[in-house]
Amino acid sequence: MFSFVARRLAVAVPTLLILVVISFVLMYAAPGGPFNSERPLPPEVLANIQAKYGLDDPFWKQIVNYVVGVVTQFDFGPSFQYKSRSVNDIIAQGFPVTLTIGFWSFVVAVTAGVSLGIAAAIKQNSWLDYMAVGISIGAQVLPNFVMAPILLLTFTLWLGWLPGGGWNGGQWQHLIMPVVALSTSYMASIARITRSSMLEVLNTNFIRTAQAKGLPMRRVIWKHAMKPAMLPVLSYLGPAFVGMITGSVVIDSFFSTGGIGTFFVNSAFNRDYSVMMGITILVGALTIIFNLLVDVLYAWIDPKIRY
Amino acid sequence: MIPNPQNVQGIVDAMALSEVKGRSLWADARTRFLRNKAATVSLVLLIFVAAFALFGSLIAQWERDFVDFTLIGSNAYKGVPSLETGHYFGTDNNGRDLYARVVQGTGISLMVGMVGAMVAVVVGTLYGATAGYFGGRLDGIMMRIVDVLMSIPFMFVLILMLVIFGRSITMLFIGIGLISWLDMARIARGQTLTIKNKEFVEVAVATGVHPIKIILRHIVPNLLGIVIVYATLLVPNMIIFESFISFLGLGVQEPNTSLGALINEGAGSMQYGTLWQIGFPLFFFVVTIFAFFFVGDGLRDALDPKDR
Repeated sequence: MFSFVARRLAVAVPTLLILVVISFVLMYAAPGGPFNSERPLPPEVLANIQAKYGLDDPFWKQIVNYVVGVVTQFDFGPSFQYKSRSVNDIIAQGFPVTLTIGFWSFVVAVTAGVSLGIAAAIKQNSWLDYMAVGISIGAQVLPNFVMAPILLLTFTLWLGWLPGGGWNGGQWQHLIMPVVALSTSYMASIARITRSSMLEVLNTNFIRTAQAKGLPMRRVIWKHAMKPAMLPVLSYLGPAFVGMITGSVVIDSFFSTGGIGTFFVNSAFNRDYSVMMGITILVGALTIIFNLLVDVLYAWIDPKIRY
Repeated sequence: MIPNPQNVQGIVDAMALSEVKGRSLWADARTRFLRNKAATVSLVLLIFVAAFALFGSLIAQWERDFVDFTLIGSNAYKGVPSLETGHYFGTDNNGRDLYARVVQGTGISLMVGMVGAMVAVVVGTLYGATAGYFGGRLDGIMMRIVDVLMSIPFMFVLILMLVIFGRSITMLFIGIGLISWLDMARIARGQTLTIKNKEFVEVAVATGVHPIKIILRHIVPNLLGIVIVYATLLVPNMIIFESFISFLGLGVQEPNTSLGALINEGAGSMQYGTLWQIGFPLFFFVVTIFAFFFVGDGLRDALDPKDR
């Protein structure tokens, strides 16, 4: 087990480094520096600014400085657009919001998806099953950027129940639509995966044995069927997490919640490379760490997997 | 006993009649697919959507980039969908004909899906088959590369690329090509591992066929079923992917458009009562995605009956 974790880490760390290098090379290759404006700056001023940001250093020195800064101090450098703020300030401001939305979406998607899937599997071919299957098929074509306008139209414009955007310190009224919009399609996928894997497990011999022993259905499900049935769901959580982080970009810009997504899109329009890179690397690191956790959890739960 | 010639003829006739006509795997799959009603209906819908994207512009009465200045500001009542004005789907916020724009958006979205699927089929299959066939260290390295690429948040990197190298359809295609083959490579590799131990591959190896030829002639054709299924299921994902980026305004640029960009525009103006602006693109988006999912599902049942 320990060597497995060590080996997975040995892959995760280079992956992250590759990501840092790729984004840095992309930024370096970008035509036009961040300080090229409509009115060209006087050469002395430009030289001063470039010296301040270390942009006059040779390529290898810049990249080493950047990587070292990121790795040792989590320092993503200054923002090119907002002159007085660093990328870290921006992340510190937006990330808690993203994390809150992401956390609740994840919780909603997993709990609702798993319960729906299990209910559908236990009562196979009942109205509940058909409803669950219907929802999961329907929700598949409703990615977050389709869900968000539909929700806004219904609950803000027609019914007037919920505020159309903003954050307001994370009040639940402001949280509810972003979370629903973000979690729906993942909930559907999780429900579908849970249903089919639960159906498969319920048809195995050890479940029949458990039932033959006279165990009540609830105990059979929770004690015996749950663990093997959850394995495919577990391996889906990695991609779902990535999707939710990515989706938060849309959610942030649509509901103006002020998470890192807003900053990412704004910096994309302003060519504020350092902010984009910082956020890309942050998200990449989160993704890699999360995938690592899922893999370790998987290996821990499933005794059949030997590493 | 000498057989009566007439009887013999009768027996031959009877045999000819009762002879079972051989059914190929593909004919079998076709029957199974056509028996699936949802999949068949979806296929018809897809053909309609494709025809709409290809030939829809023939009946458009307005150019897609013609701005009708008289409509700006009074869209909500003058730009409504109507047959008389020739704006079948109404106009957008800038007074452009929404019908022509939806035709173009659908076309671009379909094209993005197709390109993604093509890259996945060609690159992913060959990559996966090569890794799986040779196995060993080469397999390890090749699959590790896929693992590494998969754990990079591609949406963010792609947006970074779009910003740096300029937003264009070509860049979008390159980005989509870069990621779409990863899953396919894994699937193809897994399937190759089971195929390469079959007797016919052994025979080919024993008779000295070159490994590349074995992969192309013996492995890849046997992967085709599963590859087609996943390629079909990949198309909607690629369409969603592109729409996501265009929704953010970072994808296809004006005067071109795609369904994602149209949905974004429509969503931005829906509080002014111009619901058709989001309704029509959303309708085509949902129908296309739905249809692809159902066709993919039907194909999976038809071509890969083991997998449920």
